[in-house]
Amino acid sequence: MEHVIRAEGLKKRFGETQALAGVDILARSGTVLGVLGPNGAGKTTAVRMLATLIKPDEGHAEVCGYDVVKDAAQVRRLISLTGQYASVDEELTGVENLVMIARLVGHSRAESKRRAHELLDRFELSDAAGRAAKTYSGGMRRRLDLAAGLVNDPQVIYLDEPTTGLDPRARNAVWDTVRGLVTEGATVLLTTQHLDEAEALADQIVVFDRGRVVADGTAEELKEKIGGQTLAVRAMDRARTPEVAEVVARVTGRRPEVHEDTGLVTAPLDDPATLTVVVRGLDEAGVVASELTLRRPSLDEVFLSLTGHHAEEPEGQEK
Amino acid sequence: MTAITFETVPTGRIGPSQALRNGMTLAWRNIIQLKHSPEKLMDVTLMPIVFLLMFLYVFGGVVAGSTHAYLQQLLPGLVAQMGMFASMGLGTSLCEDIRKGVFDRFRSLPIARSAPLIGAVVGDTVRFCVTMVMLVAFGSLLGFRFHTSPLSVLAAFGLAYAFYLAVCWVSALVGLIAPTPETVQGLAFIWTMPLTFGSSVLLANTQTMPGWLQAWVKVNPVTHLADSVRALTIGGPIGNHAWYTLAWAAGIVLVSFPIAVWMYGRKV
Repeated sequence: MEHVIRAEGLKKRFGETQALAGVDILARSGTVLGVLGPNGAGKTTAVRMLATLIKPDEGHAEVCGYDVVKDAAQVRRLISLTGQYASVDEELTGVENLVMIARLVGHSRAESKRRAHELLDRFELSDAAGRAAKTYSGGMRRRLDLAAGLVNDPQVIYLDEPTTGLDPRARNAVWDTVRGLVTEGATVLLTTQHLDEAEALADQIVVFDRGRVVADGTAEELKEKIGGQTLAVRAMDRARTPEVAEVVARVTGRRPEVHEDTGLVTAPLDDPATLTVVVRGLDEAGVVASELTLRRPSLDEVFLSLTGHHAEEPEGQEK
Repeated sequence: MTAITFETVPTGRIGPSQALRNGMTLAWRNIIQLKHSPEKLMDVTLMPIVFLLMFLYVFGGVVAGSTHAYLQQLLPGLVAQMGMFASMGLGTSLCEDIRKGVFDRFRSLPIARSAPLIGAVVGDTVRFCVTMVMLVAFGSLLGFRFHTSPLSVLAAFGLAYAFYLAVCWVSALVGLIAPTPETVQGLAFIWTMPLTFGSSVLLANTQTMPGWLQAWVKVNPVTHLADSVRALTIGGPIGNHAWYTLAWAAGIVLVSFPIAVWMYGRKV
């Protein structure tokens, strides 16, 4: 199998913080690799390393067979990086931003203009082509950023939390773009804090925590590791929470977690069909539920189960 | 283990001609930015007016006996000083740029490492031109006249520009070292003040200065530049001042350019 990205034992320390503590990454050609993890897990550090922006203290990484340290210039011809914070020039217009990148990678003036307009068209930014990027909405800015990343026809595309801060519609547009890129043959490495995003896009997922890979596999494989779904019930009358907990315990056969302050009762549920049994049980007990949901485990629950600690315990700042 | 089947990519060496081409593209970017927000040129537009008025009317009588006589001597000096001040903006904007994501993009592109710095320095030529045009235009309004041939006036501004480009690299270096744009401004103030005021720019009387300051004024490159510009615009012996200025400019570039590129390369 052809691995476009191949990293072994990457380590990086910033002062007191061990940002990466020995990370292996493999990405096959023409696939999306999702790097999932909370803030401070080392995702951005890994991406910046693979994008030749920082050097590993230990370990080595190759992109299309080129070493990210020794052959950095070649690697830069093959990759594109779209940062967590849109890396476009705020002062320049959309078209000027793209022309600038095209000129930098060596296209003629005419060809640069042609490419710029083609990409603006593709990302539905033609109407805003002549406006300064600082007047763009968050979604537009991110689209311009993605467009800027495609000017040099990259084979490997790094997207560092490409949907952070976007509304659902803008997020879906980014997702469609990512799928399109892979269809055209690019390899994408995408970092995210959201399980649903990794699930929607990634062929393979690696889960980062505190600078280490704590799990990897397909979305299905990860979910199996974590267990099925989570049942959440809340009684209309808070006083009856214990009765709810009792019903949930009986049906699921597990001791549910009772959140004292919200009155929410949650428990893992392996078989979604048993949801009706819960409803019947509550009905028989005469308890009216104000909330009754079956949901995927949240990232926090995934983390809890994989690492034994909650996701929201960032260790130092990522840089 | 299968053979590597990736397509081969041209080797990584980036020559000086590409560095220059990349630099010009990024200089274009800086100039477009100024076109979009001309208020960034406000300092270099107003400074010559304020300095001319203040120095001329505050010191004119004391230093030269009359404001008119002083103006002829002062304006060439201010050519040197305003150039120094104009170069200060570079460090600030570079520091701001680096904190934004767009520099990450530059660094992940297959372009010369020095290109963003060359672009910033060359693009700042606009600031130099604006401040010089304002200085000469306003000075002429107050009664300043060139007394030499157009060629030697051109040489005067050419010399000032060469020195400006050199000092821009120091400004860039400060912009790369300082943690915030505000710090850059504070530092710029500190290093440009002794250079511009401890010089012959204002025609200060060196006789009453302590020995160490006299010595400083004598070796200060800004003194050499101011005296050269004075000789080239209103006449008089130029001596070795022009050569000293060029030597200083070359020295400053030789030291600060490699350090700046190196600092930029390791900036995270």
